[in-house]
Amino acid sequence: MLARIGVASLEELFEGVPAALRSRAELKLPPALDERALVRFFASHAAENTSVLSSPSFLGGGAYHHFIPAAVDALSSRGEFMTAYTPYQAEISQGTLQMIFEFQTLICQLTGLEVANASLYDGASAVAEASLMAARLTRRDKLAVSAGLHPHWREVLRTYCEGVGVSLEIVPLDASGRTRFDAAPRECAALVVQSPNFLGCIEDLGAAAQAAHAQGALAIAATAEALALALLKSPGELGCDIACGDAQSFGLPVSFGGPYAGFLATREKYVRQLPGRLIGESVDAAGERAFVMTLTTREQHIRREKATSNICTNQGLCALRVTIWLALLGRRGIRRLAEINVASASYARKALTRAGLALPYSAPVFNEFVVRVPGLSGRLERCRAQGIQPGVALARLGDAHADELLVCTTEMNTRAQIDALVRELAA
Amino acid sequence: MFREPLLFESSRPGRAGVPIDDPDVPPVDVARELGAELVRDDVPDFPELGELDVVRHFTRLSQWNYGIDSGFFPLGSCTMKYNPKINEVIARLPGLAGVHPLSAEADIQGVLALACELEAALAEMAGLDRVTLQPAAGAQGEFVGVRMIQAYHRARGDRQRTKVLIPDTAHGTNPASAALNGLEVVEVKSGADGVVHPEALARLCDSHTAALMLTNPNTLGIFESHVEKLAEVVHAAGGLVYLDGANMNALLGVAKPGHMGVDVMHFNLHKTFSTPHGGGGPGAGPVAVRNALAPFLPTPVIRREGDRYRLDDEFPHSIGRVHAWYGNAGIWLRALAYIRTLGAAGLCEVTSRAALNANYILESLRDVYEAPHGRRVMHECVLTDRRQHDFGVTTSDIAKRLMDYGYHPPTIYFPLVVAGALMIEPTECESQETLDGFIETMRAIAREAETEPGLVTGAPTRPIVRRLDEVRAARKPRLRWTRSG
Repeated sequence: MLARIGVASLEELFEGVPAALRSRAELKLPPALDERALVRFFASHAAENTSVLSSPSFLGGGAYHHFIPAAVDALSSRGEFMTAYTPYQAEISQGTLQMIFEFQTLICQLTGLEVANASLYDGASAVAEASLMAARLTRRDKLAVSAGLHPHWREVLRTYCEGVGVSLEIVPLDASGRTRFDAAPRECAALVVQSPNFLGCIEDLGAAAQAAHAQGALAIAATAEALALALLKSPGELGCDIACGDAQSFGLPVSFGGPYAGFLATREKYVRQLPGRLIGESVDAAGERAFVMTLTTREQHIRREKATSNICTNQGLCALRVTIWLALLGRRGIRRLAEINVASASYARKALTRAGLALPYSAPVFNEFVVRVPGLSGRLERCRAQGIQPGVALARLGDAHADELLVCTTEMNTRAQIDALVRELAA
Repeated sequence: MFREPLLFESSRPGRAGVPIDDPDVPPVDVARELGAELVRDDVPDFPELGELDVVRHFTRLSQWNYGIDSGFFPLGSCTMKYNPKINEVIARLPGLAGVHPLSAEADIQGVLALACELEAALAEMAGLDRVTLQPAAGAQGEFVGVRMIQAYHRARGDRQRTKVLIPDTAHGTNPASAALNGLEVVEVKSGADGVVHPEALARLCDSHTAALMLTNPNTLGIFESHVEKLAEVVHAAGGLVYLDGANMNALLGVAKPGHMGVDVMHFNLHKTFSTPHGGGGPGAGPVAVRNALAPFLPTPVIRREGDRYRLDDEFPHSIGRVHAWYGNAGIWLRALAYIRTLGAAGLCEVTSRAALNANYILESLRDVYEAPHGRRVMHECVLTDRRQHDFGVTTSDIAKRLMDYGYHPPTIYFPLVVAGALMIEPTECESQETLDGFIETMRAIAREAETEPGLVTGAPTRPIVRRLDEVRAARKPRLRWTRSG
């Protein structure tokens, strides 16, 4: 091979690199490991973590531990999916393309909206992209953001908005834990509200849409717990213009926060301002139905600095897992799973109340809620000693929530686990 | 192969893929529990399928895809290297896949230690000081890097720097990332020799210059030989140098961006460090910076104190948060597994072999395909359809014909500065036999273009579908299935 190239050594291939820049010393990296040693190395670090897969957990707050049927891993591991590229070459990417078309359809059905993109990085960036989209559509530069939006998502939203000169104003919650839409500032591009919100409370999205439209703003409904969409009236039905959030609950492990799958859906009339990849149906030269990336003139590789976003990937493999998961659970399965989540939370709330603990917010909840635990830090230690991850101490994530614990119960929590949690928190 | 209906078309009322037993908590009436006005009746037309239906559906779809596991994938600038299977096993270890991002500090020590180790390894390869793993993809890495540059200038009271210089060979994401930060893009023309010249750059630099965004080696596969001088010019004007790390596969162990005058860069872990492309993501785009930019890193950062690790978000000059958690952990863990498998010598060999393979293809095809730049390349090469044009055959036709021979096409019509570009990146993973097979096929297609051009312009005929009607898709967009059609 060297002879054909006309060089005497591999070294010569790099003569385009100025000598002064050539590295003389080897990279300072730990020694290489063979496959057995590699597994030992990672397994030993993995053992230092606490996993929701091996001990009871009531952690939620934007990342949810749900049931994942075995077929999700088996199918999504297929090399033809996993090692494929972005489906620019449609003729040899029909698997990915049809799957994303199905993903887009499923997201439309769940959100009650007409068009969904092929996915975004995660829920936080989906809220940011939705908000920038609303700013472009309304030509306004201010957002009304519910105080119930996940605090990390709000921070990401702020980072994205600062770049293009869009400001955020926070709309407070009322005593029941729901957003006070009447307190939203005027002249906004959008009213951004999360439901269920960060405290677990289900918001009145119909009222949000009315409040937004009354001032010419768009209503953006975000959700971190997408399973709630299976049971609650959809954002589209309630009049919201954009629905976005994270589909992690649908078949993606919590995995220390990623990779997840953001989704973004809207009305057909706004499609030209929708960021991210879109797959459409067409026909091939023989007239057969086939799928292809479409409306790409919105995207960065064509439009460069005038694109609707700089995003150049979607979360293909995550969207695949979501699509498989939703197909396996199906119409009745997602409803049933959602109902079990409501039942678990209801049981836990009653048990905590009976044990003398206060639930500070009265609004209805899906699978997550706040409980006030006097002497919380000591109680958390007791839970840890019992191998239970009891939930999220809200003081970690913001102000004014001393002694408040955000508890999430899903179909993965047994009654015995909930009883044990109540015992440790209340004893 | 057979047609496969959409999930919605195969749906049959009453079918279910996985049984869900009754919970052991008492059931509730959800309408009463939540209020009937909040609860939907149903999700109309949502699919109802058995498990075997679902398994066959996705198995069939997978067979219509082409992945690295299927065959040679010489997609320039995308670095389609083999994705080791062991990395998948590691990302799925219950003690990693099951770590909740809001677990107490004591419960995440293992994953933070691994993150720190990866950050150190990337900093070493970059020749820079600090790394964040937060960005979820290369484009988000660019957004973060440019934002940090802005923050750096502002912190010095230097508020008029609103322009980003970007060579005409850059990726489309570079201008879009600058625009997302509210900055103006100024294009830098590369020279006839394919590289950016300091004099051309100097004419565009002034007190409004925030940064130069450079790709090195550039998208022609050529090392920017004046890079040190380019950095000097930008620095002298008060700007900073950003490196798009998409082509790091050409630099491992050979040269460090930090030594070239680069101040900020991102890595594409799904390119250089073998994490799966997944049909378009998820990726990961860690960013490395010099110490001078460390105060502006996105929150949180990982701090090591003795043998303990913690996430710190208490630093006032940070650009803020860009990811809900600490990036795509499942992806960056795979990248660390790759780095630990290869070690320093192995990574250096990656780059040598990648350059060997790219130059071998270039030298084996330049007598039949026009090579716009005569010189040696690093990890990828660019050819064009100029000679085939005489026979009515274009780059797109050549790409489609490659499918009939069982190959994934190269990147086409990119970089934009080369008309009809075919951008070929073989990666280090391929054997000489594989390369020879591809070379022979490319030569066969060149012969076909002369003798039987219809074979090429009518391609492909062997995949599950023929060429797509993209105009129809865009003119009347049909972006979801509905019962009414």
